[in-house]
Amino acid sequence: MPKLIKNNELTENISQTLDKDFSGKIDEVLANKGTVLTPKEYWLENSEQLAGKENIGIWLDSDEGPEELSPHIEKLSLIAINFPKFADGRGYSYARILRDRLGFKGELRAIGDIMHDQMFYLKRCGFNSFAVREDKNAEVVITGLNDFSECYQAATVQDKPLFRRR
Amino acid sequence: MYKYDEYDRQIVRERTQQFRGQTERFFDGTLDGDDFLPLRLQNGLYVQRLAPMFRISIPYGMLSSTQLRKLAHLSREYDKGYVHFTTRQNVQFNWPAIKDVPDMLEELNSVEMHSIQTSGNCIRNTTSDQFAGVIDNEVIDPRPYCEIIRQWSTLHPEFAFLPRKFKIAVNACPDADRVAIAVHDIGLEIIKNSAGEIGFKVFVGGGLGRTPVIGSEIRSFLPEKDLLTYLDSIVRVYNMHGRRDNKFKARIKILVKALTPAKFAEMVEAEWQHHKDSESQLTQEEITRVKSFFTSPDYAQLENNADSFETAKKENKAFSNWVKRNVSSHKIAGYSIVTLTLKKVGVPTGDATDKQLESIADMADEYCFGEVRVTHDQNIVLADIRQDQLFEVWQKAKSLGFATPNLGMLTDMICCPGGDYCGLANAKSIPVAEQIQLRFDDLDYLYDLGKIDLNISGCMNACGHHHVGDIGVLGVDKRGDEFYQVSLGGRSGRDATLGKILGPSFARAEMADVIEKIINVYTENRTEEELFVDTFRRIGMAPFKERVYAKAN
Repeated sequence: MPKLIKNNELTENISQTLDKDFSGKIDEVLANKGTVLTPKEYWLENSEQLAGKENIGIWLDSDEGPEELSPHIEKLSLIAINFPKFADGRGYSYARILRDRLGFKGELRAIGDIMHDQMFYLKRCGFNSFAVREDKNAEVVITGLNDFSECYQAATVQDKPLFRRR
Repeated sequence: MYKYDEYDRQIVRERTQQFRGQTERFFDGTLDGDDFLPLRLQNGLYVQRLAPMFRISIPYGMLSSTQLRKLAHLSREYDKGYVHFTTRQNVQFNWPAIKDVPDMLEELNSVEMHSIQTSGNCIRNTTSDQFAGVIDNEVIDPRPYCEIIRQWSTLHPEFAFLPRKFKIAVNACPDADRVAIAVHDIGLEIIKNSAGEIGFKVFVGGGLGRTPVIGSEIRSFLPEKDLLTYLDSIVRVYNMHGRRDNKFKARIKILVKALTPAKFAEMVEAEWQHHKDSESQLTQEEITRVKSFFTSPDYAQLENNADSFETAKKENKAFSNWVKRNVSSHKIAGYSIVTLTLKKVGVPTGDATDKQLESIADMADEYCFGEVRVTHDQNIVLADIRQDQLFEVWQKAKSLGFATPNLGMLTDMICCPGGDYCGLANAKSIPVAEQIQLRFDDLDYLYDLGKIDLNISGCMNACGHHHVGDIGVLGVDKRGDEFYQVSLGGRSGRDATLGKILGPSFARAEMADVIEKIINVYTENRTEEELFVDTFRRIGMAPFKERVYAKAN
């Protein structure tokens, strides 16, 4: 069953996420089908080799802010932010900084404990890609993107607060 | 009072639909209990010791008679015929069924009410002065700013999953603070600068609970247009850096303390530079639009202290006592502010029955332009009463049990629901309150004692604000038994102070005796003009300790 929601559509999630202590051969991993998400530290250490590669992205854990990615932002096409538990809301702020401040234009993916009820908030903070939790039905989860049709405050998506529109 | 337009209605309607969906998924098994928990909390639904508890938001304490009647109706239809007013100007149902909550929400939406963010680790209801708009010594009516904050914080996509709950309070009165801004995550003091412009003095990191802290000032003047961008910055710094490894260290006060207020302020300032000029900067149009909902009602042209009022006071001692205690002065000549006390002996503090709610609604319609306010010390305010109708209002209030003239007195306590209702409590609090009310039932004696705040919490979470009472009582668990720890010398409002612990805790049966001994030490030592707090500050803890722990001979 498709487990990735990307640009409002369901698709297969063909990607592998490398552990934080990954020390294997990256070329072997890259030879596999799909996308590879590397830990932030690993990418930064190997940025010259990895920057600009099509099928590679970075994943940030919930205690890793995005500021250090600033000099590399143009070279990145995919950044994932991990939500180890959905009650851990740090990733929402990281996403807004990536989009609004660092000007990241690529795919911003929410990974980890992702289900129906965060979808609308995640979307407003700039995520356009969602790896749905394994036990959840992505066809139901995707409807969460449209739980609301109006909101009071500004965010990454809809940057004018309601008071400038009402 | 703020009135919803189509946008507001749509947002609460869609929120209720979303919650209905979550509830359905919970019952059909596709959403398990652990995942449902934070979702239902964000909608004010707890599962308590005996039954679910459902908390409804009363933005900055304002209620219309229509809303009161709806609460009465819901309490009859879905509950046991009463509600409980909380210490944060909200209202709770204690016995609803989870499956009924979406229907209750629909009914609430129909009178412009909701339960959004009344619990959970998100931005809660913004509280304010219950006398806002009707006293003449406030800088400006704080309610429009509270409403602006309410809208900004409602379903804020970035701040739904903070490290811990987050409470904002706004005060605009230079010589009083009835909202206790110093013990809030953010306290906003509305001030005017030397150019006469409105702005905010900003305090962060105050709070009660197991680590009580007085908030620190991080900005001496924030222009009103910058309100929302600055709040965004504070909450973003907290969201990213607040502790998430230990829920007892997760409040913003712990972060501010760890970083120091100066460093925290620096981080907020740096964050703010990035978006202070964004679209979230408030416009004059918006401030004017929201202010237009808080205009003065159609007051009659009257004189202060009409003859009939003066005569009634002279002829009736009980009425004049009540006026002295429960009536405050109004900015408009010939009007007064009335506080109805929900603190009758034998009734849990803050509880009101369906009939009482409807009677209050009737009184509001007949005498008070159809509006009431809920106070953080769990009373109800009728803010616009004609002085020539005070006698009538008193008689009605008396017949309904709302005119115990004990406002601010020892028996007008703040008290959480405690172990009788709450799953977190270590000990019951209501029986302690009752015991003390029964012991001190002589009103003349109470008046003689003067203003004493007695605050009771059933556990460390401090919903009864025990740290800031002249006398604080905290329920503690000692090897499975319920005990009570007493603290003295706390104070909320201006120059807020945290109380100090008297000594080892007491069994419940001892509590009235203990309080009486404390009161005796005060009456024996006070000078004529001293309130409890003054005497305590002068003589210190020792004489109280000596008396209370003296060995019986």
